[in-house]
Amino acid sequence: MSSETKQILTTDGIPLEVSLKKAEKKNKIKAFLLVAPLLLFLFITYVFPIGEMFTRSVDDRMVTNMLPKTFKAMESWDGKELPPEEVFTAFYSDFKFLVENETQGKLGQRLNKEKNGFNTITKKLMRLIKRNKIDESQSIKEQIMKIHKRWANVEYWQAIKRTAPPYTMAKYLKGMDMYFAADGSIAQVDEDRRIHRILWLRTLEIALFVTIFCFLMGYPIAHLLATLPMKYSNLLMICVLLPFWTSLLVRTASWMILLQTQGVVNDFFVLIGLVADDNRPTMMYNKVGTYVAMTQILLPFMVLPLYSVMKTISPSLMRAGKSLGGTPFVAFWKVYFPLTIPGIGAGCLLVFILAIGYYITPALVGGASGTLISNQIAYHMKATLDWSFASAMGLMLLSGVLVIYWIYNKLVGVDNIKLG
Amino acid sequence: MSNNPEFVKFDKVDKSYDGKVLVVKDLQLDIAEGEFITMLGPSGSGKTTCLMMLAGFETPTNGEILLDGNIISNIPPHKRGIGMVFQNYALFPHMTVYENLAFPLRVRKMEKDEIDKKVDKALSMVSLNGFETRMPGQLSGGQQQRVAVARALVFDPAVVLMDEPLGALDKNLRESMQYEIKHIHESIGVTVVYVTHDQSEALTMSNRIAVFNDGKVQQLSNPSELYEKPVNSFVAEFIGENNTFNGEVSDISGDECKVKLSNGEIIASAISVKSKGEKTTVSLRPERALIEPSEKMDNMFSGKIEEVIYHGDHTRVRINLLGNPEFILKVPNSTSNLELKVKQDIKIGWNSSDARALDPK
Repeated sequence: MSSETKQILTTDGIPLEVSLKKAEKKNKIKAFLLVAPLLLFLFITYVFPIGEMFTRSVDDRMVTNMLPKTFKAMESWDGKELPPEEVFTAFYSDFKFLVENETQGKLGQRLNKEKNGFNTITKKLMRLIKRNKIDESQSIKEQIMKIHKRWANVEYWQAIKRTAPPYTMAKYLKGMDMYFAADGSIAQVDEDRRIHRILWLRTLEIALFVTIFCFLMGYPIAHLLATLPMKYSNLLMICVLLPFWTSLLVRTASWMILLQTQGVVNDFFVLIGLVADDNRPTMMYNKVGTYVAMTQILLPFMVLPLYSVMKTISPSLMRAGKSLGGTPFVAFWKVYFPLTIPGIGAGCLLVFILAIGYYITPALVGGASGTLISNQIAYHMKATLDWSFASAMGLMLLSGVLVIYWIYNKLVGVDNIKLG
Repeated sequence: MSNNPEFVKFDKVDKSYDGKVLVVKDLQLDIAEGEFITMLGPSGSGKTTCLMMLAGFETPTNGEILLDGNIISNIPPHKRGIGMVFQNYALFPHMTVYENLAFPLRVRKMEKDEIDKKVDKALSMVSLNGFETRMPGQLSGGQQQRVAVARALVFDPAVVLMDEPLGALDKNLRESMQYEIKHIHESIGVTVVYVTHDQSEALTMSNRIAVFNDGKVQQLSNPSELYEKPVNSFVAEFIGENNTFNGEVSDISGDECKVKLSNGEIIASAISVKSKGEKTTVSLRPERALIEPSEKMDNMFSGKIEEVIYHGDHTRVRINLLGNPEFILKVPNSTSNLELKVKQDIKIGWNSSDARALDPK
């Protein structure tokens, strides 16, 4: 910008910019009102639940709320040796209150997760309190320590202190097969118990391969769709979309019928003599089943963006490439393929992101070696009821997807994506 | 200039897409080396199909195409060495102007500095030096067109095909590009096969024009002959403006014949009529008929002016003449202009040599 530009006035003497803003304000309000229901809907169904999920995943207020006096007394305790009398007294009074309300069981379970053995000793303490065996005029510390030798072990008191903060990252660590050790440092779980890391890697692997399979199969189909004459391409398009209109469960169930040991595909293999009848390959309840079913189900998500991009590429470009002396392969590789990259980008991103969070299909055909992280999340939602862990893993998945999106943006550029 | 009169030869070529309709029928066409030949015709007349067969994107259903004496029907497009300019330019949108021009050279495995030299030469031919790093999307339609022409010529092809290359340009740009392409052709002497449906484009640019209709070449001749001496009523109708009279030959002697109309009789040159009683359409160019001719002409009639339309350099007069209310006359707007009024009766005259009795429409 050079020197000051002179302010332009309308014929009424109002500055042009002001007048323009005024004229556009009404349209802006109208536009906002039109999208307001959607924004509200998105907030209620998307932003709010994600926030809720996050809070739940780090929430550790239960113990904090159950043992308020104890934690207050623990503030002055250095945590190296057994806590002083006041801590025991405070713990006793907190625990007695819980026993009166019959909620001490939850505390025991929660503390047991922190350190094994808490369940037994809190139950013992509870029984004594119920029978009024604790003499409040004597030293509470001595009496509690007598109940079980664990109460006299400083590690258990350290474990209680660790639960003091209302928020914890423990669930996230657990999602990566790690935990807070007794001294507060981060440690790895034993090698034979590292189940989550295997699941994460398997999820990535399956998503990656499903994306590759979808690409390899979808690219020629999309090309055919884009170049065939209308009457054939419509039919082919219906074939591509038909699975789209069928229920996911129906499709997955059909794959089960096809792929099982006594299924159609195996019968066919036996019929043509490819495999022996008593040696049928297992194609279901393992990775093979997951690959086959997921590739088929996610294929349209690859084909459609590719098709919409390929449709815009003029056939004369390939002809130009050939007429200028390029072999069909050179014309394809140097001219056609680079122009389809936006569609490849969109399709791969779409399929990968859908695959990484896929649930029903791996749950039904995956078996033990074909389940993914989302099945684990569902398991914790429904079976163990550890919702905070499920939330933590859900958020880890979400942030993983965001990271992939970010890397993708750096590599390909989101502007280059064309979804249709 | 024409070294080999049969440089490109279509030999009895038929083409059908569906096995029912022939798009190109028994095409016999020789194109001389260095010639600028235009295939002109309405859409669906088979001209683009001929071009595509020559380029190798379509195969003839029957017959052979020869390039410099060799049958090329079985050679794939990329081995034919024929340059092509497409209707929508077909520039590669993801490559710069330089890369677009270098593409045909790179696939021929040329050295880098040779490529640079050739690209530079081709760009200067279309006066686009300095545009090397632009993307096609950043160029105007005319510039894109010139890049497309340069790309089709950069690898020194023996034949360049152009498929309605100027169709997307506006009128002024189209005209200047016509001259530019013509000059490029004259300076490098390449054989050009040009397809268009725009007759004025064909007339200004070509050495010869092949008028296509219904899968057949109706007439193959140079522009002036095509305009002045159309051999059938389709060509007469398609090229330029045309006044027609439908009638019946009442007398024929040598080159001349008399044609009986519904209310009158005119004298015309017998072109495609052979005998008395034949139906015929007489064609007459508007500028060949004169108003109140000073000298004696063998056709003299009087008609009534129906409409006078001012066109700048000339005035068009619509006259009801011999039962034809659509008879058009072109009068140059000179100083000695006649007073032309609607409903006025005037005398019209023309020479029988300009009126051509052709096949009936």
